[in-house]
Amino acid sequence: MTAAVFFGCAFIAFGPAFALFIFTIARDPLRVIIFIAGAFFWLLSLLLSSLVWFIAMKASNAEDTKVQKGLLIFGVMFSVLIQEVFRFAYYRLLRKANEGLAAISDEETSPISVRQMAYVAGLGFGIISGAFSMINILSDSLGPGTVGIFGDSQYYFITSALMTLAITLLHTFWGVVFFEGCEKSRWWVIAVVVCLHLLVSGLSLLNPLYEGSLPPVYAVTVLMAVWAFFSSGGSLHNLSLLFTSKRSEVESS
Amino acid sequence: MNTSDSEEDACNERTALVQSESPSLPSYTRQNDPQHSTTEPKRVSVIPEPITFSAREPGHGPDGEDEELTLKYGAKHVIMLFVPVTLCMVVVVATIKSVSFYTEKNGQQLIYTPFTEDTNSVGQRLLNSVLNTIIMISVIVVMTIFLVLLYKYRCYKFIHGWLILSSLMLLFWFSYMYLGEVFKTYNVAMDYPTVAMIIWNFGAVGMICIHWKGPLQLQQAYLIVISALMALVFIKYLPEWSAWVILGAISVYDLIAVLCPKGPLRMLVETAQERNEPIFPALIYSCISFASDEEAHHNEDRAEEREEAEPQRPTVHGQNRSHSVEEDLEEDRGVKLGLGDFIFYSVLVGKAAATGEDWNTTLACFVAILIGLCLTLLLLAIFKKALPALPISITFGLVFYFSTDNLVRPFMDNLAAHQYYI
Repeated sequence: MTAAVFFGCAFIAFGPAFALFIFTIARDPLRVIIFIAGAFFWLLSLLLSSLVWFIAMKASNAEDTKVQKGLLIFGVMFSVLIQEVFRFAYYRLLRKANEGLAAISDEETSPISVRQMAYVAGLGFGIISGAFSMINILSDSLGPGTVGIFGDSQYYFITSALMTLAITLLHTFWGVVFFEGCEKSRWWVIAVVVCLHLLVSGLSLLNPLYEGSLPPVYAVTVLMAVWAFFSSGGSLHNLSLLFTSKRSEVESS
Repeated sequence: MNTSDSEEDACNERTALVQSESPSLPSYTRQNDPQHSTTEPKRVSVIPEPITFSAREPGHGPDGEDEELTLKYGAKHVIMLFVPVTLCMVVVVATIKSVSFYTEKNGQQLIYTPFTEDTNSVGQRLLNSVLNTIIMISVIVVMTIFLVLLYKYRCYKFIHGWLILSSLMLLFWFSYMYLGEVFKTYNVAMDYPTVAMIIWNFGAVGMICIHWKGPLQLQQAYLIVISALMALVFIKYLPEWSAWVILGAISVYDLIAVLCPKGPLRMLVETAQERNEPIFPALIYSCISFASDEEAHHNEDRAEEREEAEPQRPTVHGQNRSHSVEEDLEEDRGVKLGLGDFIFYSVLVGKAAATGEDWNTTLACFVAILIGLCLTLLLLAIFKKALPALPISITFGLVFYFSTDNLVRPFMDNLAAHQYYI
């Protein structure tokens, strides 16, 4: 049973993300490097926010649970803000690198566009964020144990997996939209992304009231998917072309 | 159980990043005499352990073209090294997490780290680990200098014998131990004749692939396996604090040995470049293959140059024999990384995996090492000379290990307990 839970939760949490990685990123060395560097930037942001939380925690009374909970919530919000700051920093770094690549390449353009970099960076943030949230839970799900023995929810593993999936996809979409907003200097886009991230993390604070956290988070995910699709140049026309050209291929073959 | 001296030594020289092509030769050829491009520019396949970027930089031509070629191949080389480094780390982490033998401490230590860490006070323990480090590093320095002297005075037989002995030990003895422990962990019934057959085949094919010829991927696989085995031995037999201090110290040593003008590794690289010889194949992992002798015989005008230096040819271009210098450049491209680098990266990640139940630390160290490798390769592309591969990666790895273990772990544990998501 534990193996079933392990594999089920692993595939729920990481299936789409790994599929995206394998089909779109793994073949191109430059994208892999941007992906790993994105993960690195997220790690740096996590390090910084953990440091701040740790200092605050040590400076306060360890016995007082209310204060500790408040500090944890503060830690969550601060971490969200720091992540977005590092996303912006990564955007600046990638822009500089892109200009460098374009300057030295044969054709006047760089081998990778800002939109592709936005997607790859977003996916990097997403996968490492999901991994850090989920890996320890997955390894615990393999071992012997009883879920919710102290009265906690029975659905811990599956809700964690679903939440991780949502967060991973959200980071990808936020990356696309964020970079696009920076490119076009639409600062309201960035503000909306930050607010949505804060909203999603805030909704997760409602756990274990899963009805309050999971459906809204998935609603936000779908919204972001649509926004990212249109922001990266997609349109209803493209979608219809996708379906009609398939049909014509089928007809001609 | 103590490892032999040859083990220690063999892995010392193995840390560095070197440029596999001597830049001066080809640029001389290209710059000064275009018609010499038909004569084969010597491929200096030097790459003593250190990571060497075997791309030769053309001496002239529009600057953009040089840099573009460099960078176009740069990303590919980074990935060509990411994959084996990742595989080695995955093997080590998987073994550490499943086979408990390599995390059990039963008091045995290497003779190179004689001071025990079972002391009462923190200060004493720290002192002992520093002393252990000093002894280990001095052993490494002495061995490296010995090797460089042997190389300088052309005692090739001695060196080859030494390397063969050390790879024999790794391929037969350590892999036998490893197999035994895996069988014990999974409670597999096994008999000695079968094990003898398995180990004999594994070891014999490994010796042939590493020291003579074999398919490139098989050779790469064997090098990854022996690096992983060596890293596991280090993880088992180095005491806790000594291991971390040794990792830090060896990065500093690597920096000094490769960059200082009188550093032993730099002298090794330069001597090998002067003599147009490849550094011993048992010490480096290369991404492109050395051509087999049959391919060499197809081309008489190159046959003479081949007698000393094993030519480098990517297997893809094995058929193509037209030799414009650009094509030589393309064929020459490949990167080489010393086995010592594999070993110490894996030691770092393995130790991160060995400490406790937490996977986040392992993951963080893994990303840190890959980024360090990326930055090192970027520097290699910019400076185009032998570079130490350890300092940047190990520094990032150590920083991430200690900070993730002490700062991030409590934070993430608390978040997971409440199911808060950031």
